Amino acid sequence: MAYHCIVCAKQVPDTKRITGQAMKEDGTVNRAALPAIFNPEDLNALELALAIRDQFGGTVTLMTMGLPAASEILREGLYRGVDKAMLITDRRAAASDTLATSYILSCAIKMLPHDIVLCGRQAIDGDTAQVGPQLAEKLGVAQITYVEQLVDLSGKTITARRHVGNGFEVVEGKLPVLLTVMDTANVARPPAARKIMKYKKARTPAEVSGAVAKEMGEGAAPEAVAAEAKKRCAALAARGLLIDQYDLDGIKADLTWCGRSGSPTKVHRIQSVVLTGSEHKAIAPTEDGIRELVAELIEDHTIG
Amino acid sequence: MPNFFLDNEDIKFLFSHLDVAHAAEITEEGFKFHKEFDFAPENAADAVDNYRRLLEMIGELAGEQIAPTSEETDKVGNTLNADGSVTRAPGIAKAIELLGQAEMMGFTLPYRFGGLNCPNLVYTMTNEMISRADASLMNIYGLQGIAETINAFASEEIKQEYLPDMSNGKKTGAMVLTEPDAGSDLQAIKTRAYQDKDGNWFVQGVKRFITNGCGEVLLVMARSEPEIAGGRGISLLVVDRGPRVKIRRLENKLGIHGSPTCEIFFDDAPGKLIGERQRGLVPYVASLMNGARIGIAAQALGLGEAAYRVAREYAHSRKQYGTSIENFPALRELISDMHVDVQAARTMTYFASYCVDVELGATRQLEFGNVPDGDHKKELRATARKFSRANGMLTPMSKYYASEMSMRLANGAMAVMGGSGYMKDYPVERYLRDSRITTIYEGTTQLQVVAAVRAVSSGTANTLIEELLTKKAWPAEFASQVEQMQQGKALLVKAIEFVKAQSGTEYMDLMGRKLVDMAMYLIVGALFLDQATASETKKAVLNRWLFWRMPELRMNYEVITSGNRSAITDFDVLAGPVPTLQ
Repeated sequence: MAYHCIVCAKQVPDTKRITGQAMKEDGTVNRAALPAIFNPEDLNALELALAIRDQFGGTVTLMTMGLPAASEILREGLYRGVDKAMLITDRRAAASDTLATSYILSCAIKMLPHDIVLCGRQAIDGDTAQVGPQLAEKLGVAQITYVEQLVDLSGKTITARRHVGNGFEVVEGKLPVLLTVMDTANVARPPAARKIMKYKKARTPAEVSGAVAKEMGEGAAPEAVAAEAKKRCAALAARGLLIDQYDLDGIKADLTWCGRSGSPTKVHRIQSVVLTGSEHKAIAPTEDGIRELVAELIEDHTIG
Repeated sequence: MPNFFLDNEDIKFLFSHLDVAHAAEITEEGFKFHKEFDFAPENAADAVDNYRRLLEMIGELAGEQIAPTSEETDKVGNTLNADGSVTRAPGIAKAIELLGQAEMMGFTLPYRFGGLNCPNLVYTMTNEMISRADASLMNIYGLQGIAETINAFASEEIKQEYLPDMSNGKKTGAMVLTEPDAGSDLQAIKTRAYQDKDGNWFVQGVKRFITNGCGEVLLVMARSEPEIAGGRGISLLVVDRGPRVKIRRLENKLGIHGSPTCEIFFDDAPGKLIGERQRGLVPYVASLMNGARIGIAAQALGLGEAAYRVAREYAHSRKQYGTSIENFPALRELISDMHVDVQAARTMTYFASYCVDVELGATRQLEFGNVPDGDHKKELRATARKFSRANGMLTPMSKYYASEMSMRLANGAMAVMGGSGYMKDYPVERYLRDSRITTIYEGTTQLQVVAAVRAVSSGTANTLIEELLTKKAWPAEFASQVEQMQQGKALLVKAIEFVKAQSGTEYMDLMGRKLVDMAMYLIVGALFLDQATASETKKAVLNRWLFWRMPELRMNYEVITSGNRSAITDFDVLAGPVPTLQ
């Protein structure tokens, strides 16, 4: 049977490219100093969804909540072959913690047919790994976290292997289900050239409005800007290049559960931790342990 | 996160300096394809933006996915299984899958067959980046000329059957030319092509040293006219991998271990004729080989770049006598010249690729464009003729210079690294092994020189150099450089006159390499001059190039005009008696 997959992704600062200006004085991330990328493990979730579609048929919808700039990762999804991309953007969603975020995503997902919802295990900026599990709770579906392999999918039953720290377990569940996917699950497919050539021109309405406002300048009347943006959006839509966009009203979210008011997480204090200890390795105090150490040092050309 | 496009200032510079937009206008034929294919570019800016994105993407694939597997690929190579199938190294198999998913395997093919319709120039750039990651992968990725040959010469039916699966990477191809007794001398092939009474074609015979011979689409050169010896009796057929095609052996090679080199026995294997009978060697394979030579030049560029980078980094970080070894004059000279050398080869190869695009564009319009008689048609004819002549020289020159450069650089990198470079801990010994083949296959260095020297002696080089040197009014600061090259050109003219005054072609063949070198130093110099007007770095590169190569040019002039034939006349004495090998 065919499956409707929904992949939730996040645009994150590329924490692998830390530079001197990566952190502000107050200890928060200086997002402007880091390139924004598709959260790496969300790409693994996307790959799993695309692989499911390739094998069984169905659809893949890529969804993200964020600023209009997050449209870039939606385009990256289109380059890789998603059927539909969706941006949820709203100033009132600002400062959402994992609870509010998962609530907002759940409202959007409920509008769509969904058999399998896939998230990356965690985002490289917050590293909480909470949104996926919270989302499953709010959708009222089963969850399999830390997925490293899809073992089987037949009818309404899914079997997956999940990583449990020092080993793995194979679990079976009923659809609909939410999976959080690890980076070891697969290698994400590269963007496809012809899709890049087409969808590089895809835009969300928010991007179109932003561009029009910039072109027309500060003095332009808001109505004129809106009219021009509408015209351009219609032209994009006619070519299949308008990316769906929703605000909190559009997904029928209860505003008290969104943004700052819906976020119980309060940052108490931020501490800049400087690691002083270096890497260490335990060597067993035995003949074998010492022999291995010496062999390793010779291998590394440290001695000998 | 290495990206082999974004981290390469020279490729980026050339991408913006060369007239990529013009190449796009040619290949997009006035951007007419956009009406039929919504992803095809609407105008030149759109196309150039596409190319940049594709280069970035392949740069990322090369740097992040392919390069990390190259060491293992070199170690494990390919395996010939008992059933005659070949198992590729895991890194190569994965790379082919990724490149297929990325829709990169039909880079220059028309859109209607799943291709990207990109200029050869851009394809050459991708070939270089792939080779920098793993030179042996280029032997598969860089074989897209096989699909191009099918596209250029085969029937519509054959194109429909093969090209879509080649574009998406499901099928890879092989050029099946060489035989045990027919290497450089391809006219001597014996493999037979014959028809049964219903007109079906079959191939019978043994082919050797076939790169990717385990591929699915085999372009086989075979003798279809047994009574006609030489090239006129040869046709080109496409044969599917199947039970009548037996891989008998995988060669155990010095380098490019990821590239399977097969011996194939065609046991009355069914095939289909490409184009017309008797045109197999000329023009079909000749055209295929020209493209492949540019491909090998790009492979050599990737290897040279990789070797230069390891050496540059090592010389900077390695300390001896209390300082980085890059501070020693000998190392400064070696590394500087390595970097200039790879840029020279790149300039030459990219220029040749661009010229191929211009030639093909004009030819295509003349053939299929329904161009009415008149000035425009005359102009197209003149362009096609001019660039065809230039390419007949630039292609073998690029292949010759780039492949020799890659060996020099791999060797130079090993000199920089000393004992460490000799060890398997660093990839330099692999670059040295991999680079060696580039001067051999698709025509040896000696054969490239033979091809190029004819064009040099007939004046093609002089015309090109003159055109390049006078194409604009150079800023006054370059007066002395232009003067040096003009003087060099005068010596080249005199050297050519001297050679042509000798009877027969023997002396020209003896002095071929020196003559070709003279021409090449000036062509590269003129190209560097143009670049130097746009870049301070290139100004230094130009000056270094002239400082290094102009004395060599004068030396070559002296040797050529000496009339000395001792290597031929005194061969028995100089070469000594033929030894008996144990």
